[in-house]
Amino acid sequence: MDIKTLYLLVPLAPLAGAILAGLFGWAIGRRGAHTVTIAGVAVAFLASVLIFQDVLAGNTYNGPVYTWLVSGDVSFEIGFLIDRLSALMMLVVTFVSLMVHVYTIGYMADDPGYNRFFSYISLFTFSMLMLVMSNNFLQLFFGWEAVGLVSYLLIGFWYQRESAIYANLKAFLVNRVGDLGFLLGIGLILAWFGSLDYAQVFQTAPQYANHTVTLIPGEPWQLMTVICILLFIGAMGKSAQFPLHVWLPDSMEGPTPISALIHAATMVTAGIFMVARMSPLFELSETALSVVMVIGAITAFFMALLGLVQHDIKRVVAYSTLSQLGYMTVALGASAYAASIFHLMTHAFFKALLFLAAGSVIIAMHHEQDMRRMGGLKKYMPVTYWTALVGSLALAGIPPFAGFFSKDAIIEAVGASQLPGSGIAYLAVLAGVFITALYTFRMLFLTFHGPERFRQHHHGHPEGGDEHAHAHGPVEPRESPWTVTVPLVLLAIPSVFAGWAYIEPTLFGGYFGSSIVVAPAHDVLGRLAEHWRGVPAFLQHGVLALPFWLAVAGIATAWFLYMVRRDLPEAIRRKAGILYTVLERKYGLDDFNDWFFAGGARLVGGRLWRWGDARVIDGWLVNGSARLVGAVAGLVRHLQSGYIYHYAFAMIIGVVLLATWFVRG
Amino acid sequence: MFEGIGILSLTIWVPIVAGIFVLATGGDRNADGQRAIALIGAALGFLVALPLWTGFDASSAAMQFQERAAWIPLFNIHYHLGVDGISMPFVLLNSFTTLLVVLAGWQVIQDKVGQYMAAFLIQSGLLNGVFASLDAVLFYVFFEAMLIPLYLIIGVWGGPNRVYAAIKFFLYTLLGSLLMLVALLYLFFESHGSFDILTWHRVPLALTAQILLFVAFFFAFAVKVPMWPVHTWLPDAHVEAPTGGSVVLAAITLKVGAYGFLRFVLPIVPDASRELAGLMIALSLVAVVYIGLVALVQSDMKKLIAYSSIAHMGFVTLGFFIFEPLGVEGGLIQMISHGFVSGALFLCIGVMYDRVHSRQIADYGGVVNTMPKFAAFFMLFAMANAGLPATSGFVGEFMVILGAVKVNFWYAAAAGLTLIFGAAYTLWMYKRVVFGPVANEKVAELEDLNSREFLVLGLLAVCVLAMGLYPMPVTEVMHASVNNLLDHVAHSKLP
Repeated sequence: MDIKTLYLLVPLAPLAGAILAGLFGWAIGRRGAHTVTIAGVAVAFLASVLIFQDVLAGNTYNGPVYTWLVSGDVSFEIGFLIDRLSALMMLVVTFVSLMVHVYTIGYMADDPGYNRFFSYISLFTFSMLMLVMSNNFLQLFFGWEAVGLVSYLLIGFWYQRESAIYANLKAFLVNRVGDLGFLLGIGLILAWFGSLDYAQVFQTAPQYANHTVTLIPGEPWQLMTVICILLFIGAMGKSAQFPLHVWLPDSMEGPTPISALIHAATMVTAGIFMVARMSPLFELSETALSVVMVIGAITAFFMALLGLVQHDIKRVVAYSTLSQLGYMTVALGASAYAASIFHLMTHAFFKALLFLAAGSVIIAMHHEQDMRRMGGLKKYMPVTYWTALVGSLALAGIPPFAGFFSKDAIIEAVGASQLPGSGIAYLAVLAGVFITALYTFRMLFLTFHGPERFRQHHHGHPEGGDEHAHAHGPVEPRESPWTVTVPLVLLAIPSVFAGWAYIEPTLFGGYFGSSIVVAPAHDVLGRLAEHWRGVPAFLQHGVLALPFWLAVAGIATAWFLYMVRRDLPEAIRRKAGILYTVLERKYGLDDFNDWFFAGGARLVGGRLWRWGDARVIDGWLVNGSARLVGAVAGLVRHLQSGYIYHYAFAMIIGVVLLATWFVRG
Repeated sequence: MFEGIGILSLTIWVPIVAGIFVLATGGDRNADGQRAIALIGAALGFLVALPLWTGFDASSAAMQFQERAAWIPLFNIHYHLGVDGISMPFVLLNSFTTLLVVLAGWQVIQDKVGQYMAAFLIQSGLLNGVFASLDAVLFYVFFEAMLIPLYLIIGVWGGPNRVYAAIKFFLYTLLGSLLMLVALLYLFFESHGSFDILTWHRVPLALTAQILLFVAFFFAFAVKVPMWPVHTWLPDAHVEAPTGGSVVLAAITLKVGAYGFLRFVLPIVPDASRELAGLMIALSLVAVVYIGLVALVQSDMKKLIAYSSIAHMGFVTLGFFIFEPLGVEGGLIQMISHGFVSGALFLCIGVMYDRVHSRQIADYGGVVNTMPKFAAFFMLFAMANAGLPATSGFVGEFMVILGAVKVNFWYAAAAGLTLIFGAAYTLWMYKRVVFGPVANEKVAELEDLNSREFLVLGLLAVCVLAMGLYPMPVTEVMHASVNNLLDHVAHSKLP
């Protein structure tokens, strides 16, 4: 088959599945719906594998599919850029998507929206693939917004639940704030570089490296800094970086498979991917890189802290996702783009695994998500337990699991960075390691170990799908069906080996080639490569270095607090007082946003309407002129009295006045 | 077809004759026949307009399909028709919308069916006349006459407060139209006795005269757009109008104002346009931001969409007055897209109103439970209204914002706020109306779309998606004319 046909097949096969399941679900039924969508994604995955091999053989592609629009001297194209970066992303996206599709058969088995769900996740896969395969900013923005749409639809999938439809609106709007920055960045790129095509923009941009623009009089800013920060604001929305992260925890209202696919493994990494893709631009502005690094560090550290106080199993994983996205962002800021993408990949595997494992637990618990009502599940759900353990070890960064390699590379890279802010960022990512291990194993111990708390006072908590709220009496947990456990095992495999197997080529072997550009002055990975002596040496070094011991200390602390002295967490909570409240209120950001932005906009809108429109424009101007006309008419009416002599008198006066005027003139 | 009758004449007179014919068939006893005749008339009207698209020479900026005959020789007034890449799409859009409106009113209107259908057909012909006129007097006649059917539609089939709405509309338009008439007469004398619009494009004018003309035209056209602060008639008119009236009002009538700016203001008074562009941009941005916020707090769905229309039209005027190809073409695309999207949204509200007899958001909730097909369409149009890529709503906004960045970053930043506001007011409404559990008995008893409603919304959905995924054919016909127009603007006409 022609390779270009293959490129087209990758996004179009899932799209076809989505259309069939979505519009013709009534005709093909449930079995038909999951068959066509899974077939579509499987085709996309296989095609991606072939394309990946082709790219490894040295072939890249950059070309248009069709011209979307021409205006003035600008042409907007839809097109593909297939290189080592996009090929890797395609592989990750289609693989995780395929796993999630299969898993969904089991997870959503009883849901009345079965076909709709399959249609959405296939549509998502299509959108995400268009995003990563794009060769221009227009299509990037298309994919960017399309994944946002599907995310909106899926968070609100259970549309009868007030919390779900609140969360999806919130997610959409917060993302739109980021999109505004993104769009303005794209606008500046078009205005200055005259094109939206990556290749052309990357070629032109270096000429503007020292160019300044004056957006605020008297404040000349570097053009590239402005552009990159605006683009990054878009990434902050999609990849949930502080302070635009607020939507992601609430997005857990959606069904668990999409939490795994969209809100952990793929969509939220779109921002990371985008910045890596834009490396030729970001390398031109150290200020922008510093901003990226500091924002990432804030997210990595402070979101990890929030993971410590959550009771909902999915929310622990959600905050962990936020924190890990922070790690990826820090790496971007340190110019270690390859490390960031590497962590993106390993994270996609082990975080999808953790989410799906959490989902497996949630099914067994009949849609109970509160970890305080779990415990001791290990013996009932061995497959889920062991795979979750693999995921947890990978997340905590214990060698030789995948997360260790990618996270350690990021920490080392930040340590080696010379950019302003790297000192603080280094401290934040180090401290984050301890907290990550702590909350991860807190979750693992609370869920799978210790006493079985689910038998006590259990009332079917209607938090899950409405179909499932039928739990009465004691619950007897069972291992989930094969459609659930097989994806868990398949995801556990790369969570174990993806680290040591791929660290060499991706970070030090120049896998990314020309798809990622790093300025020599920022090349921290290059500096690390000088000390790189292969996987065993890296492991040996890792075991001796601080991050490893921090992770071990985190696990030990979790073990002590949640296995040995179970009374201690409660005591600490009471002692912590205000600090605990701050964490529990999520730093008050949600309250502030609700009060200031949502409330403020409604207040201002109401004032403008009642005062501006109703009182000033309608009250004074419109009705005022009506009254004025009425008043004038009232006066003029007296002249038209109907008496001949009045008119005659007026005529005479008129004649006299005219005559006077003529005589004088 | 008929020898000597041009395509443009057909697009004007076929609907009008059909309308008169419907009127001639008498009262509601013949309602079924009247509906059929109206549908045939509207379909014919659309069919005769199609050759405008297929036979259009996109490489030329000249007026095409021209027809010219003396009308009132004493004042050198002609029956002069012609379209370029700017006006041609609107003739098609108008003819298409008429077809939809006739279908949409099929069962809903049971009272004075013939008159209702006739009003829309006649208005359709008159609106085509507005877009096709190249003689100023002819334009003025159509421009004023098109309001009569609209008055009747609101006045006869409208809501309880229709008299206030009609008077308000009247007050607004009266002032503007009279000033425009003065402007037309002034230009007649300045051009040594011509009412030919294209001749006026070349008449040199002093700056003071240009500014006075600009003000006169501004009042006539800004009211129609409507621009802030002469917009307050629109929400009232929409709320009182029947569904079909709202659709035509939003989809076509508003476009007449924006079209007027392109046909009269920019080319006839280019120096004044450049001089006052800052003001126009400011008013447009106020429309986007201020009206966006006002839309957020509306409790009546029709009012909400009406305010959203004003904000979207702010993009149109913004695009025109930044004098960039991206801006002008973006504005034109936005006009067409807004015709589809706001028309569809008013139809959606109409679908619910026909069943529940309320437009209040608070009276709904959980509509998706009983009307899933409807909810899917409504979602598509809501997203298009929020400017989501792959829908037509995205294209114009995207182009205008990109064009605005070139001129001034802050224009684009302010206009870009619509990304947030537009999503906020549209999706918040959608959430309250469609999502959630079934709110009350009336919602529980709702029946999903019937096949006629499905057809109407389906046609619009196809248009919205097609234009979002592949807008190139639409912009292609505009290039030559838009470049020609910007050329006019760039050249001073000061004597």
